Amino acid sequence: MNTFAELIIVFIILIDLALAVTGSLSSCIKLVALQGVVAGILPLLAMHGSPHFRAVAFAAVIIALKGAVFPWLMMRARDRSGARKDVEPLISYPASILLCLGAFIASSWLGSRLPLPETGVAWIVPASLATIFTGFLLITTRTKAITQVLGYLVIENGIYIFGLALFVEQPMMVELAILLDVFVAVFVMGIAIFHISREFDHIDTAELSELSDWRRGEDGR
Amino acid sequence: MLLVLLSLLVLLASSALAFVLRKDPARAQDAGAYGAVAASLTGLLPAGRVLLTGMPETLTLPWAVPLGSLSFTLDPLAAFFLAPLFILTGLAAVYGVDYLKAYEGKKPLGLAWAAFNILTASMVVVFTAANAVLFMLGWELMAAAAFLLVLFEHEREQSRRAAYLYLAAGGAGALLLLAAFGLLGRSAASLDFALFSVPAGGGASAVFLLCLAGFGLKAGFIPLHVWVPEADPAAPGYVAAVMSGVMMKTGIYGLIRVLGFLSPWQEWWGWAMLLAGAASCVLGGLFALAQHDLRRVLAYSSIENIGIILMALGLGTVAAVNGATAMSALAFAGALLHVLNHALFKGLLFMGAGAVLRGAGTSELDALGGLGKRMPRTLPLFLLASAAACALPPLNGFTGEFLIYLAAFGGAAAPAALAGIVTALALAVAGALAAAAFTRAAGTAFLGEPRTGRAAGAQEAGPLMIFSMRALALLCLLAGLAGPLLLLPVGTAVAAAFGLAPALAAMEGAAAPLVYVSAAGLLLISLAALVFAGRALALKGKQPAAAGTWDCGYAAPTARMQYGAASFSQPLTDFFQPILRKIGQYPVITEYFPGKASFSTEAQAVFYNSFYMPAAARLRDLAYRFSWIQHGRLQIYILYIVVTLLLLLLWKL
Repeated sequence: MNTFAELIIVFIILIDLALAVTGSLSSCIKLVALQGVVAGILPLLAMHGSPHFRAVAFAAVIIALKGAVFPWLMMRARDRSGARKDVEPLISYPASILLCLGAFIASSWLGSRLPLPETGVAWIVPASLATIFTGFLLITTRTKAITQVLGYLVIENGIYIFGLALFVEQPMMVELAILLDVFVAVFVMGIAIFHISREFDHIDTAELSELSDWRRGEDGR
Repeated sequence: MLLVLLSLLVLLASSALAFVLRKDPARAQDAGAYGAVAASLTGLLPAGRVLLTGMPETLTLPWAVPLGSLSFTLDPLAAFFLAPLFILTGLAAVYGVDYLKAYEGKKPLGLAWAAFNILTASMVVVFTAANAVLFMLGWELMAAAAFLLVLFEHEREQSRRAAYLYLAAGGAGALLLLAAFGLLGRSAASLDFALFSVPAGGGASAVFLLCLAGFGLKAGFIPLHVWVPEADPAAPGYVAAVMSGVMMKTGIYGLIRVLGFLSPWQEWWGWAMLLAGAASCVLGGLFALAQHDLRRVLAYSSIENIGIILMALGLGTVAAVNGATAMSALAFAGALLHVLNHALFKGLLFMGAGAVLRGAGTSELDALGGLGKRMPRTLPLFLLASAAACALPPLNGFTGEFLIYLAAFGGAAAPAALAGIVTALALAVAGALAAAAFTRAAGTAFLGEPRTGRAAGAQEAGPLMIFSMRALALLCLLAGLAGPLLLLPVGTAVAAAFGLAPALAAMEGAAAPLVYVSAAGLLLISLAALVFAGRALALKGKQPAAAGTWDCGYAAPTARMQYGAASFSQPLTDFFQPILRKIGQYPVITEYFPGKASFSTEAQAVFYNSFYMPAAARLRDLAYRFSWIQHGRLQIYILYIVVTLLLLLLWKL
């Protein structure tokens, strides 16, 4: 059974790499949704013996949210914002994938150094850390507000997998709390993006820096 | 202790209720005021009980905050501070109902009452907390609530500036206190006061200095006072009474508490407090003399009185280090008694100033005048409070200062005697300056003829305002007459706070002269009553003649010919011009028939303008050097967070 789980881990890492090079916004949303669904299946496989009803129910809720509700909200935000359909990276795609690979190497080293309990599944800690880093990469190197939401979702996936590694017995409670936060965040952001694009005709966060109140040349200087 | 908790809950509940009812100002007023009064009555019971028995009460509830515990202690010291808190907030709430009526529909009264009751509740927490985390929670809540109340008239630029100054001072003070508590509790599992240990070597002095500055920023002694003359006048009258009467005293309370943790003391700590206090009481009195706004006069007078309290604490510390226990107990008792007395008379003064502001629409001294005839009920109350502020017996301002004088003259050996001389001198100078400042303020506002139309059309304060002020005036008188009786609770509080067992014996020694003072006071009052009775008897059935105010023999006098506030104090303020640095122009008259001339004088905020402003400008220049970090790009901000988190993760690997 663990072999299958390890396969999923590999799959998640591959999705991370794919996210680093995907230019199309809708493909990115789909990839994040796919990662969420795959990560949602993971606890059922990592568990010993037959899964509890509660665990199955949680997994179902998580998969439904990440696989259907979030992508739907994001697609809606993408369509309504009327923005360009690519992610508009600040750095080139090769640089992105190099950073992503670097993040994976760093996470392998980190995973070997972190004092964590033994888990049955190989590579689970590096994969989770790499996913978190990929999320940060999406947030920091893409201009659109919607990619930042995507980045947070990827981080959440990473935390979810990390939680599996840490709390093999009870990942659900931790996950549920984080999921609630992210759900609210996605919801708020969906609304905020819609309003920002209506007010400013774009959702480019770089241009929002015009709103910054700390600028050279003001306030007596 | 349970009753204190109950009053805390009543305050929080009524605060929430006032906020919920904010759409209906009248009911929001009721919710806030009734809650405050009920909480005061509930809270006064346990405070009085603890003061009389001297037995501390504690209560600990489970709390999941790291390093924190929800533990309260009501010892005599806390009770001694709770008593003026509950008295003043209860009466201020009654006063506030009338005061705020004019704002119904214009201002969010529900929010104001919510903030007021939160302010009271947070001060209760500050006085009773037995854990540093809980203490800081109350401390910050107090700052936030007072900030909202200072912003009550936020459309005035001055109010916004005052609120910002207050917030900045509070934030800086809290930072210093956090460092001090961290040092005190560095080796304990939680930051409970009971587990604090004195750091070795210079650590204790560091804690003392951090606390002196941190609590000083709240207490507002010079040079940490800059927010006081801005924020106190900006707040509504009843809030200013509470802020000046009790909230500034939380700094004194904290200092006393920390001094309790820090024994054995160093002698220079006492000198530091004594000199800061002496500077504060002399300069505070001086600045009060130069102000042109009634409420600013009162604010500077608060600084002066805080200085007196701090000076007495310093004197007590110096005396205790030098083994003069009785002298130190007397000085500490004087300080505590003055805390109570100042709360009563300064509360009354600020309420009186609020009544003037409400009645005449301004508190600028040069726009007032002749209010005594238009506000005949406020006049005697304000005069009585002014007399108390000048420390005239038999009023309450006298008793505390009397104890401090007793202590100052009680020094036998060199260091303590020298401290005593400095204290007595500063106290005498401050008393004289206070007398001048209050004669000037009360005289300009209430006597003579109205200088402007607004003063001429002044209205008497509402019945609830008068009720509160009368109650406070009665308390001022009673506290002055009952000085000997107050020595017992003060002695218990001193004994509990400083571990000075012989404090009560020293109080017994001080009781005898105070009894004479009270007896003389009673005699004076009965004589005055006799005179008034005689006058009433003589005037029975007759109508006393009414004449205009004395007009110096001019045929057609105008109100502008009166002595103004600036001219009254000019001889003194000119003498101290190097310190006061008034800005203004004086006409020089050389001809026999001078033409048009103009005169202006303005009191500067000396410390703010010549120290804090330049320092802040430097700091801002320095900050601008780093403004490239603040570029406004969201992505890079998140990168900062990521890098910080990664560094933190890697740090311990």
